[in-house]
This record gives sequence, structure tokens and C-alpha cells, in this order.
Amino acid sequence: MLLSLLLQIANATGLAVFGAAIGAGLVALGAGLGIGRIGGQAMEAIGRQPEASGKIQTAMLIVAALIEGLALFAVVVCLLISFKLQ
Amino acid sequence: MKRLLTLVFCLCTFAGFAAEPTEGGKKEEAFNPGEMILHHIGDSHEWHWFSTDDNHFTSYLPIIAYRPGKGLSVFSSKKLAAESDLAVEESPSHKRAAGGGHLEGPEYDGLMLREETLVTTDGSPVYDFSITKNIAALIGSSLLMLVLFRYIASNYAKTQRRAPKGVQSSFAPLIVFIRDEIAKKSIGPKYERYMPYLLTIFFFIWFNNLLGLTPGAANLTGNVNITFTLAILTLAVTLFSSNKNYWKHIFATPGVPKLLLPIMIPVEVIGIIVKPFSLMVRLFANITAGHIVILSFISLIFIFKSPAVAPVSLAFGLFINVLELLVAILQAYIFTLLTAMYIGGAVEEHHHDEEHSLDLQTGYDGSTVPNPAAH
Repeated sequence: MLLSLLLQIANATGLAVFGAAIGAGLVALGAGLGIGRIGGQAMEAIGRQPEASGKIQTAMLIVAALIEGLALFAVVVCLLISFKLQ
Repeated sequence: MKRLLTLVFCLCTFAGFAAEPTEGGKKEEAFNPGEMILHHIGDSHEWHWFSTDDNHFTSYLPIIAYRPGKGLSVFSSKKLAAESDLAVEESPSHKRAAGGGHLEGPEYDGLMLREETLVTTDGSPVYDFSITKNIAALIGSSLLMLVLFRYIASNYAKTQRRAPKGVQSSFAPLIVFIRDEIAKKSIGPKYERYMPYLLTIFFFIWFNNLLGLTPGAANLTGNVNITFTLAILTLAVTLFSSNKNYWKHIFATPGVPKLLLPIMIPVEVIGIIVKPFSLMVRLFANITAGHIVILSFISLIFIFKSPAVAPVSLAFGLFINVLELLVAILQAYIFTLLTAMYIGGAVEEHHHDEEHSLDLQTGYDGSTVPNPAAH
């Protein structure tokens, strides 16, 4: 009974949407960290060997797109939560 | 100071401040950004170009419905279109659903549109084969691609020995790039068989991404059904061109001790499914997220109901729009590249890397020469 009461309060105060919003922010944080690291390493590598900059740039773009894909999985989940509950 | 910060932190996370989800559904048009955004990125049975104060300029696309027992019904979606607000309150067959003012449209021949879905008034099953906005956009962009590439190909046939000019010279570098950097590098010697598919995938995704950014356009590549179909096609091409070596890598990965195989085999089998699934979600989420961001910036103006927000909102919206141009070609490139890599993995021949790695020695310029020291 206490559990159902708690769930009702949680639903009424919009905790699920609040959680989805926080989740989306965390996802952005994670993606930013990941892609920032890749970018940083790529800059360093280009600085060390400027002739290889074409290959490094291509590889950097591919990895950035993969990380972004993962981040967007999570964003889609958050969007589903917030749109299903309105 | 620390206690003050702790108090502020606790207040910020107090759940009571989270607002209740708004009911909406007032009689006047309260601006509902969620509904507007979902309407713009979703599919629809009519193509709504734009609205002025009195007129909604819409093209009514045909509805093709099949009901078992009643057969095929084909009619214009104008008969199911929601009428103007004046007629709504008087008509008895209309109900306003709670939460956002979604109308159930007028019914025709026992069919009606409830929240963009075709349903029957008595609940019997109906199969919807209508030409929706996305289907019309798909046909349009396919015709565009057909005309464009037939023109380029016939130009090449006519000007055999001369330098390309015009439209050819814009597309030739892209096609050569896909052949050299994507197909040859990932697939290897047998790349020519897969070039048509890779080129189609690249230009289809790129053109539809770009067309989706134009005003009044259909969000085609942001539709999960379209990306699902593209991913299934990639999976089909991969599986149908796979050789024994590919399946050997899945079920008996070389270099893995026998005890780990019960873990590796399910992981590899799930990997066969997950790779196209990630292709699908990556493209759909990237494009749809871009559209949502642009629409959100514009709807900020209507939420604040003030023209002072407009310069800031438009500047950000313009920046995101330009970024979306980059995302359009990047997502097309990534999809094509990953497809080529999966196909390359499927057609790869067996390399004797492990036993003979000492036979070739890498010289200082990157070339390989036989190693005189190996046996």
C-alpha cells in the first residue's frame, strides 16, 4: 500500500520526466567526454606527424560518429519516457 | 559556506519542485510545442505545406485501406481531414481527447483518423497502405535520384574521351571517393559487385537528409521504418555474400581458448543482429534529434510570446541548421562505411596471419620484404 502511494506521488510530481531529463543531460556529458578525448588525442597525433593528418582525421570522424550513435540510443530512450507520459 | 552550499544542493534536488505534466486541451489554441514538434517530425496522411491565418495549404494524399471482408477502399484524405475549429463543437461525432487537443477526425466509409492512425469505427482490423507524406517524399526523391544519375551516366557515355563538365564533375569525386576510400579499402578485390548498393545507400541517405531540412519537407530518414529497411538490406547483403570463413569467425573465433567459446558464440551471434540495429538507430536518432533541436529553438519564440527572443532563437537555429548539413553527409558516409566494413568482413578470405607473421618484414618506407631471418 505504501508502495502504491509512493508511486502515485512519484507520478503526480512528474518524477519520471524529471529522471528522463537528468538522464539526457548525463548522456550529453558522457558523449562530450568521449568525443573530446578522441579529438584531443587526434590533435596530438596530428601535431606529432602532420603528414598522417588525413588518415587521423578520417579515423577521428568515424569514432566520433560511433560514440554519438551510442549517445543517441540513450537520448531516444529519454525522449520515449518523456513523450509517453504526457 | 559549505553548509550553505549543501543546503542549496538539497533544495535543488527536492522532488516537489518537479512540475506536473500539463493537461492542455483548453478551448483556445494554447501553444503546445511537444505536439507541434511531433507533428513536424512524424508521418501524416496529408502533406501540410504551410498555414496562413485563414488557410491551410495542404495536399491531400490518397488513403488506401484494406479491410478483410470489405476489400480495398481508395479515397482522398480530405474526407478524413479534421475540419476547422468552428465546425468541431457542433458536430456530434467529434471528441477531444484529454491531453493536447487531438481530434478524432470525421469518419468516412467506417474509417477515421485517430492521432494520425487509420482506424475503423467499429474496431475491426484495417491494413493501411496509404500514400503518406513519407511515401510521397520517398517516391519524389527516388525519381530525383533516378533522373540525376541517368543523366550523369548518359553524359559519360556521350563524352568518352573529354573531361567531364557540369553535373558530372560535381558527382565524380564523390563516386571515386566511395570507390577508393570506402569500397576498395573495406571490401578488397571483390568490391565491384557491391558498388551499386554502396552508391545507392550513400546518395539515398544524403539526398533525403538534405531534403528533410528544407521547409515543408518530410522527415524521411528520421523515420525508423525507413532506416529499419536500410539496415535489413545491409544485413541481407552481408548474409547472402558471406562465405565459410565468416561463419567460422562467428562460431569458432580463431585465437580464442575453447573454454571461452560458450561466451563468445552468443556474443558473436547477437553481434550479427546488433550491428544493423545500431545502423538503424544511429541514422534515425541523429536526423530526428537535429530536427527536434531546430524546431525547439523556433518554438521558443512562441513559448515566450515575445519578438525579443527571435534574434537569439534564429541565430542558434541557423547554427544548428548548418551543423545539420554536416551531419547529413557525415551520417551518409558513416552508414556507407560501416556497411562496406560489414560486407568486407563477410567476404574476407582466410589470412594466414598468425603462423606466418615473421615471414614478411616491414621496411622503413612501409613496404614489406621477405624476412631473410625467418626459417
